[in-house]
Amino acid sequence: MQEIIEGRVWTLGRDVDTDQIISGKYLTIIDPNELKKHVFEIALPAFAKEARAGDILVADENFGSGSSREHAPQAMRAIGVGAVVADSFARIFYRNAINLGIPTIEARGVRAIFETGDTARIELRAGVVRNVRTGASVEFPPIPHHLLELLEAGGLVEKVRAELAARKAAGASP
Amino acid sequence: MSEGNGHGQTLAEKILARASGQERVVPGEIVEGRVDLAMMHEQGAQTVAPFHQMGAERVWDPDRVVIAIDHWVPASTEGAAVLHRILRKFAAETHLPHFYDVGNHGICHQILAENGWVVPGDLAVGTDSHTNMLGAMGAVAAGIGPTEMAAVLALGRLWLKVPPSISVEVRGQFGRGVTAKDLVLRVLGEVRTTGATYKAVEFSGPTIGRMSMPERFTICNMTTEMGAKTGMVAPDQTTFDYLAPIAKHAMHPMRSDPDARYERTVEIDVEGMPPMVACPYSPDNVRPLPDVVKEHVRVDQVFLGSCTNARIEDLREGAALMKGEKVAPGVRFIVSPASTKIYQQCLAEGIIETFTEAGAVFTNSSCSACFGGNMGILAPDEVCASSSNRNFPGRMGAKEARIYLMSPAAVVATAIRGEISDPREMQ
Repeated sequence: MQEIIEGRVWTLGRDVDTDQIISGKYLTIIDPNELKKHVFEIALPAFAKEARAGDILVADENFGSGSSREHAPQAMRAIGVGAVVADSFARIFYRNAINLGIPTIEARGVRAIFETGDTARIELRAGVVRNVRTGASVEFPPIPHHLLELLEAGGLVEKVRAELAARKAAGASP
Repeated sequence: MSEGNGHGQTLAEKILARASGQERVVPGEIVEGRVDLAMMHEQGAQTVAPFHQMGAERVWDPDRVVIAIDHWVPASTEGAAVLHRILRKFAAETHLPHFYDVGNHGICHQILAENGWVVPGDLAVGTDSHTNMLGAMGAVAAGIGPTEMAAVLALGRLWLKVPPSISVEVRGQFGRGVTAKDLVLRVLGEVRTTGATYKAVEFSGPTIGRMSMPERFTICNMTTEMGAKTGMVAPDQTTFDYLAPIAKHAMHPMRSDPDARYERTVEIDVEGMPPMVACPYSPDNVRPLPDVVKEHVRVDQVFLGSCTNARIEDLREGAALMKGEKVAPGVRFIVSPASTKIYQQCLAEGIIETFTEAGAVFTNSSCSACFGGNMGILAPDEVCASSSNRNFPGRMGAKEARIYLMSPAAVVATAIRGEISDPREMQ
């Protein structure tokens, strides 16, 4: 996991629920590279075509509410989204995104300091998101240790794999 | 943190203390909780790859895992058929016996409820966001994603941040034609879609004490729309009577201490409360139904179904209104029971006959029109009255379609009149 994340910003409004990120008709798609073609079809139609790896999503309150569908962060990971920053997140989306190893940062007031096309610079340990164009910044509380560990491991799959492997080496049954 | 000492604990705190093997826990603390029940629906197909990538060789406890397919049953697309096949193969390979497959199927939360899979004191997780519904058993029941589920299957536990609790205290008698659905919409109008994010919502008070389990399922179900980690009702005699013949494992009934600390208390008196409706495009855009009735909102489709409101009590109430009436010309009325068992009850009680004679389509049990991915899809600019739980843009099809969330009685009244209607005005 990078200490500093910098990328081009796409802004989104409040209450962007997972239906607006990946709608119900695509839920039988398993391949993330197929899914990514439909990401934000309702909320931000230009994104799927124009987004580049490393781009940063900046949303208002309650980002990712609604369904538990992991298709939403999976599609973002397939695009290579560098980070998702929002005034606040819905809980299942937040967990899903962190579990997939996507830096997911709750920073109150962040949406107000960005416009689409700006460059965001996130300093993870310092807890600051800065708009490189305007110089405006907001601080965020430190990411809990438990979640930083998850991100550093590269996500939940890697973390559990290491744990199971360690147990196996120690001869304990899982 | 010393903040938690010196006062009582909430039900959610007690359950998570038990799950994590601690004396007590405090809100904000991250704990590792042992899982009592893990449920997967079609999204569980995405659990299989991460489970293998983790190097897991077996499921921690096959008797604590339920698979219940519900979104596309029977498979309506090739993609859905593949998801089902992945799950069947995984269940066979890892020896998971509790698979509710086509013919024995139902909406996953209803399958858990009517078969006693979640009991008081449990920590239950499921791959569907409305898993909150099972908190009505006096449990912590939360939705998780499929990668997280893979870790649960491998380890039998997951990390949870202990949630602060919101107390919703309800008193008063419902008037005629006013239901648990109207109550939870009213609460949503107050708490809003972000008001309970990361929190537990605990319902209590005399009105809740008089509620049946199906009514408690309805109100806990829609705490998901408040952002909550779980909705819950402390177990009482009603809970024990419901579960006694069906409970799959031992109960650990708990309730909040009288001096438990709540982050917020919402008091609601339902005396004189009218039916409510959530208007497009958010479940918290709630208005009294009579105000919307005055606007003569014509509908194209009506849906009586979903994990929120498609139990036998809901369908009986709807059928009683429907009896001898007809679905309004130009309206498509879809009725989908929440489980095969409920379907059979409807058959035995003549409910299917009542609805189909009136011109409704009575479908096989599934999530049906609720999520816009299987059947009953809305075209652009169409209007739907629904007993389900979400009315986001694009939820049931076209993003321009407009969805109004109401009680089962109100959707049936609407199907008969062809415009948003108040069930109290029906004969």
